[in-house]
Amino acid sequence: MEYYLDNAATTRVFPEVAEHMKNIMLEDYGNPGSLHNIGFKAEKHLRSATEVFSRLLKCDKTEICFTSGGTESNNTAILGSVLSRRNRGNHLITTAVEHPAVANVMTFLEGEGFSVTRLKTDTAGRINLDELNEALTNETILVSIMHVNNEIGTIEPVEEAGRLIRKKVPECLFHVDDVQGFGKLPLLPGEACIDFLSVSAHKLHGPRGVGLLYVSKRAHPKPILHGGGQMGGLRSGTENVPGIAGFAEAAERVFAEREAQAERLRSLRIRLLEGLSDLEEVFVNGSSEPEDSAPGILSLSIKDIRAEVLLHALEEKGIFVSSGSACSSHHKGPSATLRAIGVPDWALESTIRISLASDTPAEAVSAVTEALHELIPLLRRYRRK
Amino acid sequence: MMKFQAFLIKYGEIGLKGKNRYVFEDALVRQIKNALKTAGEGKFEVSRINGRIFVHAPEDYDFDLTLSALKHVFGVTGICPVRVIPNRTPKGIAEAVVDFIRENYERFDFTFKINTRRANKAYPLGSMELDALVGEAVLEAFPDMRVDVHSPEEMIHIEVRKEDIYLYSLVFKGPGGMPVGTGGKAMLLLSGGIDSPVAGYMISKRGVQLDAVYFHAPPYTSERAKQKVVDLARIISAYAGVIYLHVINFTDIQMYIYDQCPHEELTIIMRRYMMRIAERLAVSSDCLGLVTGESIGQVASQTMKSLLATNEVCTLPVYRPLIGFDKQEIIEIAGNIGTFETSILPYEDCCTIFVAKHPVTKPNLNIIRRSELLLKEKIDTMVEEAVAGDEVIVIRHGEAASVERLRG
Repeated sequence: MEYYLDNAATTRVFPEVAEHMKNIMLEDYGNPGSLHNIGFKAEKHLRSATEVFSRLLKCDKTEICFTSGGTESNNTAILGSVLSRRNRGNHLITTAVEHPAVANVMTFLEGEGFSVTRLKTDTAGRINLDELNEALTNETILVSIMHVNNEIGTIEPVEEAGRLIRKKVPECLFHVDDVQGFGKLPLLPGEACIDFLSVSAHKLHGPRGVGLLYVSKRAHPKPILHGGGQMGGLRSGTENVPGIAGFAEAAERVFAEREAQAERLRSLRIRLLEGLSDLEEVFVNGSSEPEDSAPGILSLSIKDIRAEVLLHALEEKGIFVSSGSACSSHHKGPSATLRAIGVPDWALESTIRISLASDTPAEAVSAVTEALHELIPLLRRYRRK
Repeated sequence: MMKFQAFLIKYGEIGLKGKNRYVFEDALVRQIKNALKTAGEGKFEVSRINGRIFVHAPEDYDFDLTLSALKHVFGVTGICPVRVIPNRTPKGIAEAVVDFIRENYERFDFTFKINTRRANKAYPLGSMELDALVGEAVLEAFPDMRVDVHSPEEMIHIEVRKEDIYLYSLVFKGPGGMPVGTGGKAMLLLSGGIDSPVAGYMISKRGVQLDAVYFHAPPYTSERAKQKVVDLARIISAYAGVIYLHVINFTDIQMYIYDQCPHEELTIIMRRYMMRIAERLAVSSDCLGLVTGESIGQVASQTMKSLLATNEVCTLPVYRPLIGFDKQEIIEIAGNIGTFETSILPYEDCCTIFVAKHPVTKPNLNIIRRSELLLKEKIDTMVEEAVAGDEVIVIRHGEAASVERLRG
């Protein structure tokens, strides 16, 4: 039996989504910009996908902009608002635990002369709203805070942050990277005073290469991709109709059972934590309160074991996890999030992430609990002296 | 019209004496033919004419791919692209040479010499007269060029043959060395590092066919680490031809040594078992020696004393072509042959995972032997099992390589 527990990296596409996309690729293959009927059929898929997301996000249809995924959504939101607002101010606020698709955009802008405040977090990875309040000035043009941390699952207080920003500096825009939270935790941009919300399809059983950016009507970012003027001019490029339709189909399925799944995953996560509690020198990163964490993400630092070795040892047992997020196959270097929450140095090399999804069976928890009980003592015997 | 229709292959003089010459040339022709399989669909003809090797290209071929394939054949010292034109009058030849220069050079201010060779003795003009006639035509067409018969910058060759005429002047450097297959076979201990692929390249350059062995230690080393070694073998195979890569699962042996022996001796004892296993594989696949990427003093396991300790367990000769090289020199060759970028990918290999903070640098043979006695209960069975579990991956000719699993 194989247990795929790396769902924060990507998820398996729902079979119905794949089928739906295949049909569109083969049958309704037109360009929605074409005037003829084949183009019109493609446009209908686009419209109904837009309707789905405007319903799920309780927003206007014109506020939905489809993109190629989370990275593009984040870049469009941040660079696009900086381009349109640089005459109003020079200050940006973000956090020390963002995904590279936000963190590296901020670093880039810093190099271009912008001033960036990175909010620190507590040891659970949560920002402090007072600190945000202090950092906000009339010069601040954009705040970017993630909803759910991709490495440790911590939920940031984005709703409170949104209201705080709106109250203190009303013209300041607020971006939320919701790639890990969308479909798992409730968050409505209108209610939380959010101007931009980034979402990715492949984190919720949709296809790779599609995402969306919610853009509030007052935001008016400038485009960073110029061309044929699709997506109201904000994002040129022929629309990825099958991808967008598959994204909508996946999102509908996820939302239909969102609460039930959140409940189920939360209890799986609690069971997993209980099952591992007797292991010595195994530490949970993030908050110890289940309510403060995304239901499906669990980050563990395991003393005296290199994450990569444990990952491959689990793999031999058919269990697939991630090494923290620290060492992806194309990037080596300690994780910024783990550093920011102040884990000891050893933990940077010894952290694994277990991430669950709606298709994770309950027995995966006992399988991984059992495997860790077997492997941790075994692997600890063999180490560098 | 195509620019070049053939290639003249220049090769070194080593081994050309007496009967060896044919062995050498046969092997060279065979290797050229093999290498050209990577140059596309077309059929190349490789022929020996008057003690020289010519490659005739098919109608439609890719010049760059062909040149690159030929540059990977050991034994080749130079490659001259040849223009083949139909037989014609002396004046016609002179015109063709002027066109040839105009098309193949960017500046026309160099010194040159015309060098005619007449295979067709019935041609109305002698070599010297043809040299003079063509030389004059060239001087007339390019006023800034000068004749220099002693040390010309460019030598323009004309070969007058019965059917046609060959023109060539450009020479691309070949890798030199000896054609693979003239020097027996050796077993390379291939890790994912920088050194061992270079060592393999250098031994192969002396005409030696290669097999290789890689020690895999899952879960401590990953599938990506193994893929990296396959990729390295693939790059070397562009020069070395077919490589049988043996993948040996070394985890149990490594763990057992860890459990039983003093930690600071782990690397030396581990390497002694790698050598023993490599030698067994070498013997069963008719290899005449082992090849490693060791260089004196580079790491603790490569001091003279450590080498003595690892060498002791082998009866076959161990070839260490990098023994006197500095790291920088090795890196330079790795860069030239194209293995460097792959070698530096960050996957751990099994030599480094358990390495002690302070490994012995001057192992005492008696102490090492005594430590190995601590393994006697299980080690023979473990070695048997490792060898029996040998997974063989066949790697053929660089880019066109196919990887197939024989067993395992």
